[in-house]
Amino acid sequence: MAQRQSFQIGTGLFILLGFAALGYLATQTSSLANYREGASYALKARFTNIGQLKLRAPVKVAGVRVGSVSGIQLEADKLDALVTLSLDKRFDKIPDDSAAAVFTSGLLGDQYVAIQPGGSPDMFKNGDEVVLTQSSMQLEELIGKYLVGGDAGKGGDKAAAKPEAKPDAKPDATPPNDKK
Amino acid sequence: MSAVRKANLPLGEGIAQIGACGIFLFQILRAIPRSLRHLRETVRQVYFVGAMSLVIIMTCGLFIGMVLGLQLYHTLSIFGGTAALGTVVALSLYRELGPVVTALLFAGRAGTSITAEIGLMRATDQLDAMEMMAVDPMAYVVAPRFLAGIIVMPLLACVFNALGILGAHLVGVSWLGLDNGTFWSNMTSNVDVWDDILNGVWKSTAFGAVITLIATYQGYTTPPTSEGVAYATTRTVVFSSIATLVLDFIMTAFLM
Amino acid sequence: MSKPRDLQPAIPTDALISIRGLRTRLGDKLIFDGVDLDIPRGKITAIMGPSGTGKTTLLRHITGQLGPDAGEVMVDGQNIARIGREALFDLRERIGYLFQNSALLTDFSVFENVAFPLRQHLKLPEELIRNIVLTKLQAVGLRGAAELMPAELSGGMMRRVALARAIVRDPMLIIYDEPFVGLDPIALNQILKLIRTLNQTLGITSILVAHELAAVSRIADQIYLLAAGKIAAHGTPDDLARGETPWTKQFFSGEADGPVPFHYPAPDYATQLGLVGAKP
Ligand SMILES: Nc1ncnc2c1ncn2[C@@H]1O[C@H](COP(=O)(O)OP(=O)(O)O)[C@@H](O)[C@H]1O
Ligand SMILES: [Mg+2]
Repeated sequence: MAQRQSFQIGTGLFILLGFAALGYLATQTSSLANYREGASYALKARFTNIGQLKLRAPVKVAGVRVGSVSGIQLEADKLDALVTLSLDKRFDKIPDDSAAAVFTSGLLGDQYVAIQPGGSPDMFKNGDEVVLTQSSMQLEELIGKYLVGGDAGKGGDKAAAKPEAKPDAKPDATPPNDKK
Repeated sequence: MSAVRKANLPLGEGIAQIGACGIFLFQILRAIPRSLRHLRETVRQVYFVGAMSLVIIMTCGLFIGMVLGLQLYHTLSIFGGTAALGTVVALSLYRELGPVVTALLFAGRAGTSITAEIGLMRATDQLDAMEMMAVDPMAYVVAPRFLAGIIVMPLLACVFNALGILGAHLVGVSWLGLDNGTFWSNMTSNVDVWDDILNGVWKSTAFGAVITLIATYQGYTTPPTSEGVAYATTRTVVFSSIATLVLDFIMTAFLM
Repeated sequence: MSKPRDLQPAIPTDALISIRGLRTRLGDKLIFDGVDLDIPRGKITAIMGPSGTGKTTLLRHITGQLGPDAGEVMVDGQNIARIGREALFDLRERIGYLFQNSALLTDFSVFENVAFPLRQHLKLPEELIRNIVLTKLQAVGLRGAAELMPAELSGGMMRRVALARAIVRDPMLIIYDEPFVGLDPIALNQILKLIRTLNQTLGITSILVAHELAAVSRIADQIYLLAAGKIAAHGTPDDLARGETPWTKQFFSGEADGPVPFHYPAPDYATQLGLVGAKP
């Protein structure tokens, strides 16, 4: 009898351990970990080119994760990418003139959306659109720019022709080179 | 005459074995409803097959994680991508190494002991004795082990993966000085529960079924001698390792 | 050949088992070549014969573990090769079978081994199971060994535990495959008595395969002598002891020469050793 009991206890412990491991993997090491944030609010942003940006890519302010990309669509009429950003409710003090940019982490890393805070007294609310955006910096375009020379490159860059391209985003336009 | 039989062995014999194994699987599936009467036996087998494999699985998981941490850190640093260490380790573990290495270890640890146990029961007439006591050995001996294998393998693979991640973290963060936050956030933004973790779970479930099928089949059809049991045990390791890798390829190719 | 038919008594009307024209081939070897045999109810029938003639195989036919190539095996009025698995299992629940090599379940203690058939088929209270099992173990003299594991027992003890397991459900038929092997004279005597008691008090039909002629003669009602795939002789122990046929004479006096070959078929001894014919 005692022998039988110990089997059952051992089996039970084993199964618990197995499921604990599964639970750990699922909630701590996967994107589920990012859904812990609980309540969130959504912002929209239009980009002419999002590069390799994918669903669930992080959204960062000052390098700190504040949310994730929850939707990517193509706007049929303008042929822009409409990206939905899902931000944690805790970070609801983001000025509504802040800019969004698609950056790459490291030289070959994954892409993410960085929000550069503006100075407006009003804050973003659920459903607002981020007007100031900067598209993904394509390696080919960069190379093209340097080869052909500053002016010619600018003329060929569609993003530059758009009014949304902000001059103050320029210092951040070369993060890949900033290796220190 | 024996030369003729040897010549036939690879193809004819192989196909015959696969066929017999398929029929055996069918018999197991038919016996499963009846085996629910012996639920306690299944519980016991989960303990034997699972809990007994735990130590080897955990040890190997930890070390494989550490090795992956070292190797991939080195490789990634060539591209300046060490931030992705967590992601790369997690994905290679969850999708491939976890299920496959766990399956190979499981075949060696649990598969052989299932074969040897059933083979010995065959050799000492215990299976016949059960039949004579009107107890169906398929339902009492084989099906519980099969079910246990299916239950246990994914759990073992999860334990293996968890220890692997810890091992990689140990090497990457504590030893090589990667940033803790980078390690985890990079991982959590790239690992998907459905695509990666559960994918590995399905794989390991399938491996568990195939390995226990081969192990029980080899044991059940062992020639009733000690030599026969020894050969059957070896065959279990060989066949189930091959089957695991072939199945892994098929599942990777078609299910992803 | 001799005429075993001469010895055959009138066919008993109340045969529990009757076998007609049994033919079986295993591998390349013809094990049975037309065997007719009757096991009357409530009697002890002994089956004897040189080892390797197929006594165990015959028992496997009776319990449906093996199907015949030809002929029929009727048990309790049913053709054992024809009845379905359910009916076969129902029948087996009423048969106790003592395996030649005990076949105890190595995972279970002596107690659990004997309790196994009870637990598998009946929902009995634990108390009752305990009482039944201890009674049976007492009958084979191993009540004290109840908590031992099979690996801790000697061959003779295992045989006795297996016997306790075979009788635990009070079957209508008990089949003993060489129950005396490995028993010391004391245990042998007790087991012999037990077999007789079970037969006489409960009327359990018994089939006994054994080589110990003296022991068998004391309890068997009839003996079948199986040799070379046929029934070589049949009768009461007294009939056979008188040894009227060459088969019985040889078998019971244990001589190497006679109708039962002691030697497995082989080329000529001298030729094989190279003493004759090889070198001129
Ligand atoms: N599965 C089998 N395949 C081939 N031959 C077998 C098989 N089982 C038993 N035999 C042969 O049948 C003969 C009878 O065996 P058995 O019934 O065990 O003899 P015994 O009279 O000693 O109990 C033996 O010669 C044995 O080699
Ligand atoms: Mg025998």
